[in-house]
Amino acid sequence: MVDVTPHGADLIPPAEVGEMELYHPHSWWTKYVFAQDAKVIAIQYSGTALAIGLVALVLSWLMRLQLGFPGTFDFITPEAYYQFMTMHGMIMVIYLLTALFLGGFGNYLIPLMVGARDMVFPYVNMLSYWIYLLAVLVLVASFFAPGGPTGAGWTLYPPQAILSGTPGGTGPGIILMLVSLILFIIGFTMGGLNYVVTVLQARTRGMTLMRLPLTVWGIFTATVMALLAFPALFVACVMMLFDRAIGSSFFMPAIVEMGEQSPHNGGSPIMFQHLFWFFGHPEVYIVALPAFGIVSDLISTHARKNIFGYRMMVWAIVGIGALSFVVWAHHMYVSGMHPYFGFFFATTTLIIAVPTAIKVYNWVLTLWRGDIHLTIPMLFALAFIVTFVNGGLTGLFLGNVVVDVPLSDTMFVVAHFHMVMGVAPILVVFGAIYHWYPKISGRMLNEFMGRFHFWVTFIGAYLIFFPMHYVGLVGVPRRYPELGDTAFIPPSVHTLNEFITVAALTVGFAQLVFLFNLFWSIRHGKKAGDNPWRATTLEWQTAGTPPPHGNFGKELPVVYRWAYDYSVPGAPEDFIAQNDPRPSTQGGHA
Amino acid sequence: MAETSLGHVDHTAPRPPGLRGFIADWSSDQRAFKGVSWGKAMMWIFLLSDTFIFGCFLLSYMTARMSTVVPWPNPSEVFALHLFGQNIPLILIAIMTFVLISSSGTMAMAVNFGYRRDRRKTAVLMLLTALLGATFVGMQAFEWTKLISEGVRPWENPWGAAQFGSTFFMITGFHGTHVTIGVIFLLIVARKVWRGDYETGERGFFTSRRGQYESVEIMGLYWHFVDLVWVFIFAFFYLW
Repeated sequence: MVDVTPHGADLIPPAEVGEMELYHPHSWWTKYVFAQDAKVIAIQYSGTALAIGLVALVLSWLMRLQLGFPGTFDFITPEAYYQFMTMHGMIMVIYLLTALFLGGFGNYLIPLMVGARDMVFPYVNMLSYWIYLLAVLVLVASFFAPGGPTGAGWTLYPPQAILSGTPGGTGPGIILMLVSLILFIIGFTMGGLNYVVTVLQARTRGMTLMRLPLTVWGIFTATVMALLAFPALFVACVMMLFDRAIGSSFFMPAIVEMGEQSPHNGGSPIMFQHLFWFFGHPEVYIVALPAFGIVSDLISTHARKNIFGYRMMVWAIVGIGALSFVVWAHHMYVSGMHPYFGFFFATTTLIIAVPTAIKVYNWVLTLWRGDIHLTIPMLFALAFIVTFVNGGLTGLFLGNVVVDVPLSDTMFVVAHFHMVMGVAPILVVFGAIYHWYPKISGRMLNEFMGRFHFWVTFIGAYLIFFPMHYVGLVGVPRRYPELGDTAFIPPSVHTLNEFITVAALTVGFAQLVFLFNLFWSIRHGKKAGDNPWRATTLEWQTAGTPPPHGNFGKELPVVYRWAYDYSVPGAPEDFIAQNDPRPSTQGGHA
Repeated sequence: MAETSLGHVDHTAPRPPGLRGFIADWSSDQRAFKGVSWGKAMMWIFLLSDTFIFGCFLLSYMTARMSTVVPWPNPSEVFALHLFGQNIPLILIAIMTFVLISSSGTMAMAVNFGYRRDRRKTAVLMLLTALLGATFVGMQAFEWTKLISEGVRPWENPWGAAQFGSTFFMITGFHGTHVTIGVIFLLIVARKVWRGDYETGERGFFTSRRGQYESVEIMGLYWHFVDLVWVFIFAFFYLW
C-alpha cells in the first residue's frame, strides 16, 4: 500500500479546487421533495426502489402459488403467469437492484466516503431521480393498461415480444415497458455521470484512488460499466419500439402469425439478442460489483481486520468489469452460433472465475483470525460469501457450451441466476441497510427482528433454490406455468414445487418483518451515536448523525490513511479513522 | 496564461510528462484529471456513453445491411438531386456536410474568443454556429420530405430492402435530434454570454449556480462530437 509515513500530515497537498457552491434549500419542498442533497435523493431512490421491489415480491408469491399448486388459483391464467414472471424479473434486475445500489447507496455513500460536500452537479442528480420515478410510474401504468403488462419474459426477445400470442404484445403493455426502460436509462445516465465525476474529480485532500473504500470502487466501476452497457439496451428498446409502433422490421423476420402473414420482413431476432446481452451481461456485474465492494467493507469492519489484498481487490473489480463486456454471448449458446464463437465466449466466461476467485479468497483471508463480531451486517456478509460461491459454481456448468445446451431453459438456470445475482446481492443490500441505517436515521435497527429476518431469509433462500437445481436437472423447463402430466417428470418434482412454494412464502413474510423494522426503528430504535460500528471510513466521522447538509463541518476532512486500519498493533483503539492524523506507530498502512 | 484558464481551475506545479505524468495524476488525491473542471469531465464521459449509443445504432444498421437478402438501394441514386438538367449524386448531403463542418469551425472560433473574454464576438460566433446547425436540420427536413414523397417508409421503399428506410430515419433522426438540442443550448449559452452573465456571476435559473465562461468550451465539445458522428454516418450510410 502507501508507504508508512510517520509524518503523513506534511505530505498532504494543498487543496486544488475551491469549496463547492452548495444549493441551500429554503422551503420544505426544496429540502425534502425537490431536493438536491445527494443524501435525500438517495433515500428517495431507495424508497422508490423498495416500494416497486415489494410489487416484485408479491409477483413472485403469485408465481410460486401457481407452480406449487397448479390449477388452484383461477385468476392465475397462463397469460397472467407470464406477466408476473416478466415484471418480477424486470423490476428486480433494473428497477430494484440497479436503482438501489447505484441510485441509493451510490448517492448516499459516494460523497460521504470520498469526502465531498455533495455530488458535483446536484441539480442533474435531482433530475435523475425524478426521471427514474417517471420510469417506475410508466412501468406501474402497464399493469392497468388494456391487455396488461408485457409477458415476454424479462429478456423481451422478439419476435414473440410484439406478437399477439404474447400478453401485452399487441396492446400497450410492451410499449409502456420499452418507454419505461428508455426513461430509466436517461435518468440513470444523469445520475451515473455525477457518480463517476464525483469519484474522479471531487475527492477530498489526501483521498487517493487507492485509499478509497472498496464500496466506492465497486459502485464506481459498476457505474462506468452501466454508462457503457445501457446504450445497447437503449438502442434495442428504440428499435423494438419502432418495430412495434411504426411497423419497421429491425428484429422481425417474415413470420406467419395466427395463419396470417405479418407485415414484417427481413429483420434479425438474433441482432436483438446480441444488443440485449451486450447490456445484459454487464448488468449482472453492475449489480454484483457494488455488492462486492460493500461486502468487503462490512467484513473488514465487523471482523476488525484490514481487508486482505486491497490492491488485488481493486484490480479484481476493474478486471471483472472489463471482462464482463466480452462474455455476453454465453447467454446465447442455443441461438445457433458458430462453434468457434461458443469456444471464445466459454473461454472468456471461465476466465472471469479468476478475479472472482481472488475476491472470494481475500474475503475469507480477511476473516481468518479476525475478531469476528457476528452482528447482523456481518451475518449477511457471510451469507453472501457462501451464496455467491454456490451460485458461482453452477455458473461453471452453464458457462461451458456442451453442458449448457441441455441445461439451457431449465429451472437449473433459474436456480443459478437467482443464487448468484438475486439472493447474493440482496443479502448484501440487507447487510448494507443494517450497517448504514444508524448513519441515515441515527438509530439502530431492532436486533431481534433483524436476526429473525436474517435466519429466515438465509435458510429460506437455500430451501427455495437448492431443490430448484434438482428440478432443473431432471429437465423441468423454466417459464412453464404448469407441468401437467408430463411423462419424464418424476412425482418428486411436484412435491418439491409445493415445498419451494411454502418456503418462498415464508421468506416473503420475513421481508415484511424487515420493512416493518425499517419504519419501527426510526422512532423506537436504540440511539446509534456517530460511529456505532467503530468504523474508519469518512461517513462515520461526520459532524452529526444523520450528516447535515454539506456532510462535513466547516472544513472538509483530510485523509491520512487507507480505509482499513483495524486492530493496528500499538494503536490506542482497534480502529484508526481515515482522517486521523496521528501516525500509526507500527505495522498498519499510513 | 492567466487569460486562458477558465473557471475556478488553477494549474498547480508542473507535472511529469508522458506515462509517468499519467500515473502521477491517477495516483494523486482530489482529481484524476488535473486542471479539468467537473463540467468538462462530465461532458467527456457523457460523450463516451453517447458514442456507444451511436456505435450500437451504426452496428445494427451494418448488420441489417449485410444480412439482408434483398438488394440495398443505391445511395448515390437515392440521394441524388435533379439540378441544372442532370442528376447530381449526394449533392444535398455534400452541402449538409459542408455546412455542419463549417459550423464546427465557427464553434472553435467562438471558444477561442471565449478564452479572450470577447463577449460580442463569442456570442455572434455561437449564434452563427446555431444558424448553421439550424440550416443543417432544415436541409435534413427537406431530405426527409423528398424521400417520403418518393415512397420511402420505415416499412417499405420502392427500391429494395425495407431496412433502408427504417435505419435511415432512425439514425439521421437521432443525429438530427442531437443537432437540434445543440442548437437550443447554443442559443441559451450565447444569450448568457451576450448579457455578460458569466462576468456578473448571475445565478442559473434552474441550478442557482454561478455560470462560467467554460460553458462555451463544454458546448463546443458537444458540438464537435455531433459533427464527428455525422462524419461516420456520412461514411457508413451515404458513401458505402
